[in-house]
Amino acid sequence: MAVQPLVHGPQQPADLLLRDVHVLDPREQLDSRCDVRVRNGLIAELAAPATLDRDGAGEVIDGAGRLRLFPAFFDPHVHLRAPGQEHKEDLQSGTRAAAAGGYGAVLAMPNTDPVLDSAPLLRSLRDAAAREACISVGFLPAITRGLEGQALTEMAELRQEGAVGFTDDGRGVQSAGMLRKALQYQRLCGGVLALHEEDETLSRGGSMHEGVISAALGLTGIPTVSESTMVARDAALAGYEDARVHFQHLSCAASVDAVAEAKARGFRVSAEVSPHHLLLTQEDVRGMDTRMKMHPPLATAADRRALIEGLRSGTIECVATDHAPHARDEKEVPFEQAPMGTTGLETAFAALHTGLVLTGVLELGLLVERLTAGARLFELPTPLIAAGEPANATLVDLDATWVAGEHGWESRSENCCFAGRTLIGRVLLTLAAGALVYRERTFAMAAA
Amino acid sequence: MNHLLSIEDLDRAGIERIVEQATRFSEVSDREIKKVPALRGRMVLNLFYEASTRTRSSFELAAKRLSADVVNFAASGSSVEKGESLKDTVLTLSAHKPDAIVLRTPWAGAAELVSRWCSAAIVNAGDGKHEHPTQALLDVYTLRRHLGGIDGASIWIVGDVAHSRVARSNIIAFQRMGAKVTLAGPPTLIPRGIEALGCEIRYTLDELPSADVVYALRMQRERMHETWVPSLREYSSWYQINARRLHPRQVLMHPGPVNRGVELSGEVVDSPQAVITAQVEAGVVVRMAVLYELLAGPRAPEATPARAQVAEQSAAAPGEPALRGQLAS
Repeated sequence: MAVQPLVHGPQQPADLLLRDVHVLDPREQLDSRCDVRVRNGLIAELAAPATLDRDGAGEVIDGAGRLRLFPAFFDPHVHLRAPGQEHKEDLQSGTRAAAAGGYGAVLAMPNTDPVLDSAPLLRSLRDAAAREACISVGFLPAITRGLEGQALTEMAELRQEGAVGFTDDGRGVQSAGMLRKALQYQRLCGGVLALHEEDETLSRGGSMHEGVISAALGLTGIPTVSESTMVARDAALAGYEDARVHFQHLSCAASVDAVAEAKARGFRVSAEVSPHHLLLTQEDVRGMDTRMKMHPPLATAADRRALIEGLRSGTIECVATDHAPHARDEKEVPFEQAPMGTTGLETAFAALHTGLVLTGVLELGLLVERLTAGARLFELPTPLIAAGEPANATLVDLDATWVAGEHGWESRSENCCFAGRTLIGRVLLTLAAGALVYRERTFAMAAA
Repeated sequence: MNHLLSIEDLDRAGIERIVEQATRFSEVSDREIKKVPALRGRMVLNLFYEASTRTRSSFELAAKRLSADVVNFAASGSSVEKGESLKDTVLTLSAHKPDAIVLRTPWAGAAELVSRWCSAAIVNAGDGKHEHPTQALLDVYTLRRHLGGIDGASIWIVGDVAHSRVARSNIIAFQRMGAKVTLAGPPTLIPRGIEALGCEIRYTLDELPSADVVYALRMQRERMHETWVPSLREYSSWYQINARRLHPRQVLMHPGPVNRGVELSGEVVDSPQAVITAQVEAGVVVRMAVLYELLAGPRAPEATPARAQVAEQSAAAPGEPALRGQLAS
């Protein structure tokens, strides 16, 4: 690859002493109280708690043995809306939202206006990110031109310009023949193909999960088979072409089964799941709140359980928010007219910690692993808390209780499916690519 | 009751209250001057985003018989075609301070949404494929007149359930009134999961003779290009209610407009079992009762003293019975 796949804006390397913080990094087998010194953007040293002294410049933050330090999260699926939809989000507000959620890097989707499907556009977008993004951003251009499913993008040239991988997210590649060509072409250009799985002949016109609630509300339903049959089809194609594919935002039990089967056959597949599919179900759509309208739709409690089990077992490797901002007036319409999507970057950790860790469903260490595992799947370095590594870490107060949205949002949009819910666990600081990129405002005052 | 958004807002007692009120109003329709002053000075706004003749005119007539001022706002040929959002339209029209807005849209949940944006009482006159509560009320009213009571009755709703807001509201209303509801139609037009509402599902009319009431739904010709059924001919041969299938003991209902020769044969439309015109007639008195309940009833919102006074004076006006007193007794 000719250029670095991740870009970020100009940054000041951090100098910081994190004293007596509880470091949890499952990959480093770290789960203990430590002092962590960050010097010139690098993790300079880890030492026994309260043993390191302030050394020259830099702030000292006292974790009192209570605040947790995790490797910064990685989100392989966000919509930053640039270019063309900056009224929903832009590179600056989207990466600010990510930093506020504890993320150190995100991958942006190409369903922008115009669609990210050419090298010049990718170059200009990366240039913009190099000015505006406060954390690292990678881009996944489209598999097919204009997301129309008719012709491949110039994938090899796009890779030379820094494409991390490719996706037709928002639509999905409908034609098996078209996808097969992309899988073959991957042998030349590399890059993971991230697949939004949806058979439009089954899902067309639908605005929520097909089931008892859609029947009662008179909304056209989207059957889970519109996703699971495509997962099975594309897993078979990937196996046949020995290609590397990643299944985006799984939403139902049948899809988890299809991924597990593909893995059992030795196919090179991976998968992600969103916090909302892990925590919410079709019951949450009953009030026709447009923040609960997303693609794929929230399914049944049994589907939710299967997704949690898939994440726990590793059939699903990582959590991805599918952060999908929409302006208030776009969502303040009848349910069927509203665009699909919920924001997620700022609530992902807190919502999953509250809903799955504190309820005893998932171990905290496993959750942290799944929130960081996306990087490896896209052939990018995984953030580690270890001496010599760039500082990519997030400091979290696991006891802090807050109401989602009560302090406003860093995102330009507020269409968060968890808005108004009481969450436990708050990101206080985020370090990304060596820089201090986020500080929670009340924490800033306490630390000053 | 501040709004009528869904038939779910009404328990059995609530449905009965409105139906009984409608019975009292039915006498008004037989008078030489078909008007009472109950809602004098009140304004009812009909906001219709879909073509509708009978529902709109029925609401208009109901409001006028109660002496309310009526404004009709159709979405075609209006600011809506210029791209105005539902919210902006509602806020703009709210500036005229309507007391009630009767709303018909192609979108599920729109009535509830609008109820959060303005202070007027909202009457859902159809929101997408979701609900049409006044249709359910007028059907209950009609059935009670023809059967005496609905308790224990077996009601079959036949046809395109998937695209029918009437079906959804009627399933709930009929069951609340004690009836047993069976849905029948082609499997492509019976939505998955609808049995959760407590009704039985049949894909043939073999057991139709067990029904006391046959409620046929309109088969929308515009659906045909989406191949929900192979052809209207095949649909008719399996699901048309005709003289061969309809027993003389059974009551036949239809929300209108009828496709003669499709869901109903001509002879059953004209048969004595059909109560289709009675349903239309019921539409006016039931909608009078709904508007009355929302705008003048005991739980009407913010009835100012001045307005109450006007109502009492007009109620006592010569030549017109003291309706308010009569209703209070």
